[in-house]
Amino acid sequence: MKKNILTIRNLDASIEKKKILNDFHLEIAQSEIHVLMGPNGSGKSTLSKVLAGHPAYQIQKGSIVFQNQNLLDLAPEIRSHEGLFLAFQYPLEIPGLTNYDFLRIAFNEKRKYWNLPEVTPLEFMEVIQTFLQQLKIKEEFLHRNVNEGFSGGEKKRNEILQMLLLQPKLVILDEIDSGLDIDAIKIICDGILENISPETSLLVITHYPKMITYLKPDFVHIMREGKIIQTGNVGLVEQLENFGYDSFCEKLS
Amino acid sequence: MTEIKNQTTFELTQVFNQPYKYGFQTPIESEAFPKGLTEEILALLSSKKEEPIFLRQFRLKAYQRWKKMKMPSWGNLEISPIDFNALTYYSIPKKKKQLNSLEEVDPEILKTFEKLGIALDEQKRLSNVAVDAVFDSVSIATTYKEKLAKSGVIFCSISEAIQHYPSLVQRFLGTVVSPGDNFFAALNSAVFSDGSFCYIPQNTICPLELSTYFRINDKDAGQFERTLIIAEKNSQISYLEGCTAPQYSENQLHAAIVELIAFENAKITYSTVQNWYGGDEKGKGGIYNFVTKRGLTIGKRASISWTQVETGSAITWKYPSCILLAKESVGEFYSVALTNNYQQADTGTKMVHLGERTTSKIISKGISCGFSKNAYRGLVKIGANAIFARNFSQCDSFLLGSSSYASTYPYLDIRNPTAIVEHEATISKVSEEQLFYLLQRGIPMEQAISLLLSGFCRDVFTMLPMEFAMEADKLLALKLEGTVG
Repeated sequence: MKKNILTIRNLDASIEKKKILNDFHLEIAQSEIHVLMGPNGSGKSTLSKVLAGHPAYQIQKGSIVFQNQNLLDLAPEIRSHEGLFLAFQYPLEIPGLTNYDFLRIAFNEKRKYWNLPEVTPLEFMEVIQTFLQQLKIKEEFLHRNVNEGFSGGEKKRNEILQMLLLQPKLVILDEIDSGLDIDAIKIICDGILENISPETSLLVITHYPKMITYLKPDFVHIMREGKIIQTGNVGLVEQLENFGYDSFCEKLS
Repeated sequence: MTEIKNQTTFELTQVFNQPYKYGFQTPIESEAFPKGLTEEILALLSSKKEEPIFLRQFRLKAYQRWKKMKMPSWGNLEISPIDFNALTYYSIPKKKKQLNSLEEVDPEILKTFEKLGIALDEQKRLSNVAVDAVFDSVSIATTYKEKLAKSGVIFCSISEAIQHYPSLVQRFLGTVVSPGDNFFAALNSAVFSDGSFCYIPQNTICPLELSTYFRINDKDAGQFERTLIIAEKNSQISYLEGCTAPQYSENQLHAAIVELIAFENAKITYSTVQNWYGGDEKGKGGIYNFVTKRGLTIGKRASISWTQVETGSAITWKYPSCILLAKESVGEFYSVALTNNYQQADTGTKMVHLGERTTSKIISKGISCGFSKNAYRGLVKIGANAIFARNFSQCDSFLLGSSSYASTYPYLDIRNPTAIVEHEATISKVSEEQLFYLLQRGIPMEQAISLLLSGFCRDVFTMLPMEFAMEADKLLALKLEGTVG
């Protein structure tokens, strides 16, 4: 049996006293691809933020084990260093901070955490060049401010660039398809699948059946009212496309 | 199994409580005048410094004006009353004899500057910066004098200038900031004890960055320094001023005047990195920084640029200004003001367009944390003869935490219909989502905040000379250092 990278049990989470996750369970093993679907407000994005340690969310009960560690004990930046990566639905713009400095600082912080020597700005250029080539991104991209004035597609590509740079163990893609046209989605999905290391696990949050065709997940979960109500394979998507989320409704107790 | 965990929360307020690094006092014997200000004290000061008659009269006139004036109250500041008779107006480190070389300077003072990162001895100096170090009321040492003299540049303490170049001093002193200009300017004109003097001759580009480093050490002494910079036709100079003070629970007064005079086609760039002690986290102690800085363009196409990074002082009251007298002359003001705890800053600029086709640009960034107050106050005045004058102003404020204040007071006085004046202002708060984004990429809280802030200040930092831009970045980071809850 494959080793679990993430185990979530009995998780209740809320924001501003409103309960969003309700007795949530999920297990993800190494190198698995999981897709999480569900109607708006079912708690998908909350899950991604809780996993990454967003301070606005409170945990009432339950546990999250990430690579044998209690994830809830770790500060957001430590979760990142330990290999948890969240690709944002809406990547933030940081005025006045160049993409190059941002990537270099993030890269060096991780190296520091793992007791590796930091790289100089010059050395970092070599590091980043490899990834730029893999993703067919122009160098000019580095000298712009983080996501400032980027198109939707550029922002998402920047997320993937960060992902490659930080070599995470678990990648959460939070509606990476939103705001992208169908060609751009294909480019992003290919970029992920071609470049990610085979041991990396993926948790893909999406509304978009096409993503699933590209990503060929091991599991598809349907989420509703804060918990997973159905788990299956790609076949679930067909049922969803034909009958909608309501067809899973009777599973709710 | 039930586990309840508190998640990390953003305790912004705790991020800023960082002890002041320069708060040490140098144990040194000082020679000081009795407290208080009278005509006798002034006369004593003048004779101590063997000053020419014009200066004695200058001081006396200023003092008489000052006695009739009241402290201004229009600033957005709460200032507890200052007892001007409880201050010492002249305090110098005690010395046995005249100082001829650095070896004769009290080693304690040299150590002080060393600790502050300002090395005065030949080996450790910054290679392309000449420094004038002012300790309490007197200039201790000026580096690279000979090298500067070769290109005809005069850079010395103003006391020396009064002795050696009295006609230059007499010609220009008080021409930009008159002795009766305002309460603190009058006080300074009466009692100024030292400061820096620079004279750049025609067609000369000053080969070094010039810099003055001010240190207040004495507990009861006010520091009243005076800087006078004259850039002749087609000359250029870049000047930097840095300041620190020990940590006392009393307030110290710093009331300086800086006068800049730019002739035809001359360019003066004046940068300040101010890190006076700003008081403790309860608002006790700190420097009162009441400063008048003004530049005058008297030749066409002359340009004066002010850049300031204000991070210290309990109270900052300062408006580096440009009087754009000559046609096509240019004034610029770039400012970052960071206030924390109970610090108060009322700072900005005045751009007075008198000549035709004069242009000015104002970029102001205010950052307020803790319980501090941070106000931008700026005047853009376009005189009746200033045809086709242009101004662009941008004032951005950044609030950290929920107990700080930011305000903007732009004044416009436009008397010529051909003027084009633009003003932009924004107020933003630190965005939790931006922080979360940086944290998720493994960048710790303090560094994340400091990256957001230095990004916010980028437009201004790029105006500083290279090595000081890095200093400013570091200073900002230092001010934000502390414990994260």
